[in-house]
Amino acid sequence: MTHLILPRYVRDDGVHPPLNSPDYRSSALRYPKKPLQLLPHGLTEITGPALGHQQVGELDNDLTRQHEAEPIGQRIIVQGRVLDSDGRSVPDTLIELWQANAGGRYRHVRDTWPAPLDPNFTGVGRTVTDSEGRFRFVTIKPGAYPWKNHHNAWRPAHIHFSLFGRAFTQRLVTQMYFPEDPLFGQDPIFKSVPDPKGRQRMICQFDLDSTEPEWALTYTWDIVLRGTQATPFEGDDNNDD
Amino acid sequence: MMTDPGTTPSQTVGPFLSIGMEWLHDPYVVPKGTPGAFWIRGLLVDGAGTPVPDGIVETWQADPQGRFDHPDDPRGAVARTDGFRGFARSMTNAAGEWGVFTVRPGSLPALDGGTEAPHLDVTVMARGMLQRVVTRIYFAGDDRNAADPALSTVDPSRRATLIAQPADDGYRFDIYLQGDSETAFFAV
Ligand SMILES: [Fe+2]
Repeated sequence: MTHLILPRYVRDDGVHPPLNSPDYRSSALRYPKKPLQLLPHGLTEITGPALGHQQVGELDNDLTRQHEAEPIGQRIIVQGRVLDSDGRSVPDTLIELWQANAGGRYRHVRDTWPAPLDPNFTGVGRTVTDSEGRFRFVTIKPGAYPWKNHHNAWRPAHIHFSLFGRAFTQRLVTQMYFPEDPLFGQDPIFKSVPDPKGRQRMICQFDLDSTEPEWALTYTWDIVLRGTQATPFEGDDNNDD
Repeated sequence: MMTDPGTTPSQTVGPFLSIGMEWLHDPYVVPKGTPGAFWIRGLLVDGAGTPVPDGIVETWQADPQGRFDHPDDPRGAVARTDGFRGFARSMTNAAGEWGVFTVRPGSLPALDGGTEAPHLDVTVMARGMLQRVVTRIYFAGDDRNAADPALSTVDPSRRATLIAQPADDGYRFDIYLQGDSETAFFAV
């Protein structure tokens, strides 16, 4: 009988926040209490949808050109690469992004705190990485916003990112933060990531070299998805037990 | 001790996920009108028994022949001309309901030389969840379920939570994040 030889994606459970993170109060009723069962990586897990090329428009990565006029706020470029943990680029993969406006307000019916909406800002973008895994967005720097998790709770400025990678195993939704935000220390979502090194990997870097003179500040951020272990698990067709 | 692979940590989709993700809300794994296609519908429910209105369910599956349009499938990629997408995304509505319109996938060769029963892989995310949870949908009455390598590792008392039951226009599959009928979730 022939054994399948499939990529085996590294497990990175310890990198991610526990679903049960009591300081993030909304997690209380939304985490499984029973143990998870380990799922071997079969054909469904090592494959995934190739989304984006048909759906993404040419200007979808520029959040400053979706309306009559430009949005209010600090114009920024957010660029980087999508890689896997073996250092290989992840090309042709869809990235979705959403964020608050410069005042910290989302264009969403449920966001009703008294900061102004900007008629020229929707706060939604998407792109597909190029052949080397690179991406680039033009947007404005989002503002911080209050929430009701605890007294005087404020989310640090962040941009939500959603990635598919090349396989079901690589699906990731995360948030990108900005350097040296004084709000990190009181944010249970940022601090839900157990390892300080992991937290650093969610923070972009100001990039003067890529900053465009008299146009826009640039922040660079690489996103690292799970890679595959180098050697296949089993490959000998004639050595069945 | 696990070594740190250096991956980017997960964060919650937050309460405003719909503005970023609704554009791709498309429950159709196969086009409307596909012969034999059906809905799989269900609720996403939290630990208080309350439906989750700010969640998202995504599914991924093989085609009816058990094939994928993907370069890492060692049997070869099957290019699509029939509108089969394999993927669906359903944002939960105000009542916590979601649904995908699909066909039953074929069985798949398994790593151990056995056979995987027809299944959909499912990603669930919501406000309040700092990372996704993953489950699988199997089909009630499918003889192949008994020998499925993943289903057999699940505690027998919880296997029923992974099996979609016949309903008017297809199947029903409720997802319970917590509680007595908590769905069995997988670590991938
Ligand atoms: Fe947010």
